[in-house]
Amino acid sequence: MLTNWVYIGIFLLVAVVVPLIAVLLPVLVAPKKPNSRKEEVYECGIETKGNIRIQFKSQYYIYALLFLVFDIETIFLFPWAVSLEKLPIFAVIEGVIFIAILFAGLIYANKKGVLTWS
Amino acid sequence: MADLIVLIENWIEKILLGWGANQELTLFILQTLGSVLVVIICFVIVIALIWVERKLAGRIQDRFGPNRAGPYGIFQSFADIIKIFTKEYITPEGASKGLFNIAPVLAMASVLAIWAVFPFAMNVIGADIHVGVLYIVAVGAFGILAILMAGWSSNNRYALLGASRSVAMLISYEIPMVVSLLVPVLLAHSMKLSVIVEAQYPWFIFSAPLATLIFVISSMAEIGKAPFDLLEAESELVAGYHTEYSGMKFGMFYVAEFLHQFTVGALITIFFLGGWTGPLAVRWPILGVVYFYGKSFFVYLVISWIRLSLPRIRIDEMLNLNWKFLIPVSFINLVAVAIADRVLIELDLDRWIYVVVMFGINILILVTALMIAGKNQKAVVREEFPPRPVAVPPGTKAK
Repeated sequence: MLTNWVYIGIFLLVAVVVPLIAVLLPVLVAPKKPNSRKEEVYECGIETKGNIRIQFKSQYYIYALLFLVFDIETIFLFPWAVSLEKLPIFAVIEGVIFIAILFAGLIYANKKGVLTWS
Repeated sequence: MADLIVLIENWIEKILLGWGANQELTLFILQTLGSVLVVIICFVIVIALIWVERKLAGRIQDRFGPNRAGPYGIFQSFADIIKIFTKEYITPEGASKGLFNIAPVLAMASVLAIWAVFPFAMNVIGADIHVGVLYIVAVGAFGILAILMAGWSSNNRYALLGASRSVAMLISYEIPMVVSLLVPVLLAHSMKLSVIVEAQYPWFIFSAPLATLIFVISSMAEIGKAPFDLLEAESELVAGYHTEYSGMKFGMFYVAEFLHQFTVGALITIFFLGGWTGPLAVRWPILGVVYFYGKSFFVYLVISWIRLSLPRIRIDEMLNLNWKFLIPVSFINLVAVAIADRVLIELDLDRWIYVVVMFGINILILVTALMIAGKNQKAVVREEFPPRPVAVPPGTKAK
């Protein structure tokens, strides 16, 4: 079992190192003639003005919150799904109720109009 | 006749042991060789796929596609590689250097890392861990981080807007994807990918067609291809989160995108199309590898076909499709499949009755959901224009 995780560790290392080599190779091969025009930020030819780290819609934040709720829910559902065959009927129904509660949350959010992009 | 891959593995192991390496070192070297091989095969596949995709796009859009470099333009990808390697290495002024340069590597690594747990054939499995499905979901999510890093560090408004947009989309579509992944887990009673593959008689696309459909749609959104390519809507955001990238750093994002599409093909193959299984695959595991890559390539082509046929959707339509259709349907589907699976196991029926009932339930849910969605959809009101005066040539009668 441990060898599997060692393999994943090695694989992750290889998966980082190979693209890193690919990205760093042009440093050796490519020409280097920097000038200030070339390194400008591209905004369709107009010079950039003001602070670039702009604020964005708060609605993104609500989507992130909802995502968090549902993602954690699915983490809880994975063990339930794996052992569904061996669980007593009661536990199966309980899983369904768990989904139903979160589903009610989704309906509530929808009724509140949170899910409508404006 | 033993399997070719195992034969080679045993051969290398014997050589290494013969040289006096101990057991652990041998295992380490074998695992390193295996992972390097898988990664290199991924890169080679991408080089081929770029040509296939461009040629296919060309034919579908009624043009030739690449046709200059070599016969049928097959050397086009190599020409591109040479060009992209010799491009100047530019970091725009004001960019956060560290994040800006790490982001493309992370984007590529997050896609590559998924390949660590794939079962390529009967006993050719990188790491057959018990939480394979969770691993795939967890590692795949690093791609979102890479996009956010790229957008934030570029010091460009287009890139930042593109990144925030794409993160909103990617995390939204992660939910139906993970919930539809629960269905094969539930049917196979395991999160181990090898068990999921072996549990598929017949393939899960027959006993869970709705989950397959939802997985295809939501993973198409995850790879950010049309009709969900509004992260790089050219007319609005220049190129989205990778506006400032050029040369090999852009190349990494590009390659990651293609490899992600192929990886999605492989995931659909593993979860719904029977993975490496096929005629004679148990006897000659090398055939399993061929089946696995073949099926993945087929799914890849289908996804390309879909993306080349459909126009881009708006952001509100996209979020509505997800939150008001895909998520409710996927949860209802999950509950229905769970209950039906449990009941049918208790009844202990024939396998084919089980599949037919499952298929029926899935289609029923889909049809009902589509009918409800159709009813709730507001009719599109188009402005009516008054008839305009038309210039009539002399000597003819106006209508």
